[in-house]
Amino acid sequence: MGTDLIMLLTVFVLAVFVGFEIITKVPPTLHTPLMSGSNAISGITLVGAIVLAGDPRLPDLARMLGGVAVALATINVVGGFLVTGRMLHMFKRK
Amino acid sequence: MKLSPEFVNVCYLVAAVLFILDLKWMTHPKTAVRGNRAGMLAMLIAVVVTLLPSDHSLDYTYILIGLAIGSAIGLFAALKIKMTSMPELVGLFNGFGGAASVLVGASALLAASAALAQDKIDPGMTMMVATVASALIGSVTFFGSYVAFGKLAEFLAVKWKLYTWQKAIKYGFALVTVAGALAYVIPAGLDTYNAITVFSAVIIAGIAVMKSDRIPMAGFAKLAFLALSIVAGFLVVGDPHNEHAFWMLVAASGALGVLLTWSIGGADMPVVIALLNSYSGLAAAATGFVIGNSVLIISGSLVGASGIVLTMIMCKAMNRSLLNVMFSRMGPTADTPDADEVYTTVKSTSADEIAMMVETAQRIVIVPGYGMAVAQAQHAVREFGNLVAEKFDAEIEYAIHPVAGRMPGHMNVLLAEADVSYDKLKEMDEINSTIETVDLCIVVGANDVVNPVARTDPNSPIAGMPIINVDMARTVIVIKRSLSPGFAGIPNPLFAKDNTMMFFSDAKKAFNELNAAVKET
Repeated sequence: MGTDLIMLLTVFVLAVFVGFEIITKVPPTLHTPLMSGSNAISGITLVGAIVLAGDPRLPDLARMLGGVAVALATINVVGGFLVTGRMLHMFKRK
Repeated sequence: MKLSPEFVNVCYLVAAVLFILDLKWMTHPKTAVRGNRAGMLAMLIAVVVTLLPSDHSLDYTYILIGLAIGSAIGLFAALKIKMTSMPELVGLFNGFGGAASVLVGASALLAASAALAQDKIDPGMTMMVATVASALIGSVTFFGSYVAFGKLAEFLAVKWKLYTWQKAIKYGFALVTVAGALAYVIPAGLDTYNAITVFSAVIIAGIAVMKSDRIPMAGFAKLAFLALSIVAGFLVVGDPHNEHAFWMLVAASGALGVLLTWSIGGADMPVVIALLNSYSGLAAAATGFVIGNSVLIISGSLVGASGIVLTMIMCKAMNRSLLNVMFSRMGPTADTPDADEVYTTVKSTSADEIAMMVETAQRIVIVPGYGMAVAQAQHAVREFGNLVAEKFDAEIEYAIHPVAGRMPGHMNVLLAEADVSYDKLKEMDEINSTIETVDLCIVVGANDVVNPVARTDPNSPIAGMPIINVDMARTVIVIKRSLSPGFAGIPNPLFAKDNTMMFFSDAKKAFNELNAAVKET
């Protein structure tokens, strides 16, 4: 456990606080878009999946599992942002 | 050209800031579109700099296959999905995030194990703890989301006959779970870990094909699988080579995820959906610790926080604690009055009668519930609003209870799809403060959220739950197929009040008849 862990933990704790600070009051109309939008953000796992799926030094099985993770996270990212956009467009019409 | 690690990290920082702005802007109707675009841009930046070669080269085979398949499925799902199926879709997407985290954890473990064997590089405690957290939270999220999805798509824990596609998913999922576990265990050989892996998979499959939402000894089983997951977690941290313990961890926490969500249904669904949303973020944050990447940690914890905020809003709207939702069941108590006694003075009405009341009403409020979603009545409801505005120059408002429907904001999405302007949608408190001046209140397929016993009977299972006080309006019409109880399983004295009239019908049929009657007046 070195300074790296402490740095990452610091980032984690501060980000949680930022999250609670910016999302204190959400109008009910935006509850569903906020969920699907934040779900798209959680697809950021894609970055981790790409790193592992593409690392030529890793055993083949590890890269394949990474590849499946890429597919799953991409569904989240692409589907999540698009469906959120569709919903917000609906709210905006009037 | 190769990107320097410093440049890559600066790009990740820009992406993290954009993600924060995304969520900040997503909480206001005027800036929400901008917020979503900021999120897309952030994701694009993060993914592109990861794809470009930096200090080491990348082999693109699996990446491109994964990106192509994922984009195709994501595009198809997002463009084809009907707004009425939104709860299922959100439930399903939560699960994909969780599954991705499990697989990244598995991949990282194999990589660490291989590196340890070849170069004697110790992956380190941090990475191992993070891998365990990523797999545990990810697996709970994936299997829990599958259950939530199956309940929302109405093929899990139900007694009625299923369509072929529903059967295919239900039994296919159970079969794949067990077959997957066996396919791993048989070549690897049977030991204690693998036996528990298979046992957990059988439990998952066994529950997933059940027709009842009650599991015997559920409380004990939850604790047992939690304990198994934690033990497996410690074993993996202690020995990165112990791949068997890793898959035991995934299977046991999967069973935990199924058990935690299985008995939750109906009106508690919005809480679970919001909670799983939060988990999917935490799983991504844990994955960030695995690969030591701060953009994953920041965005994952933002999602975790936003999911918790929504969960708390939902719990507050039901006056229940999260623990109460997760671990106990709602239902009638010994004090609950008998339905036959409560309903002695119920009056029913017809579309023509309602049309006459509408004609003289100054202020009309519609209270939608899950029944409107089931009947897909939102378009007929909006047409009614338009007709009333044209013919009688009266404005219709919609009173939305925060937990009406099956996910946070469910009613808002449906009404927006039907083109109802969102300034007509009023929050519970706003309507309640002026409910006495409402001439006609039309309740469409809602029950517990308008049950006055929440205010009057301290022994009722819904005592203290904030409700829309429709019983205080001058006249109340309740459109409902029968007098059957809502999720709480208790009778609703509102239906028998002097100023209430029941219109027994499917919500869509009722509004079509009502619209025809209004046109004639």
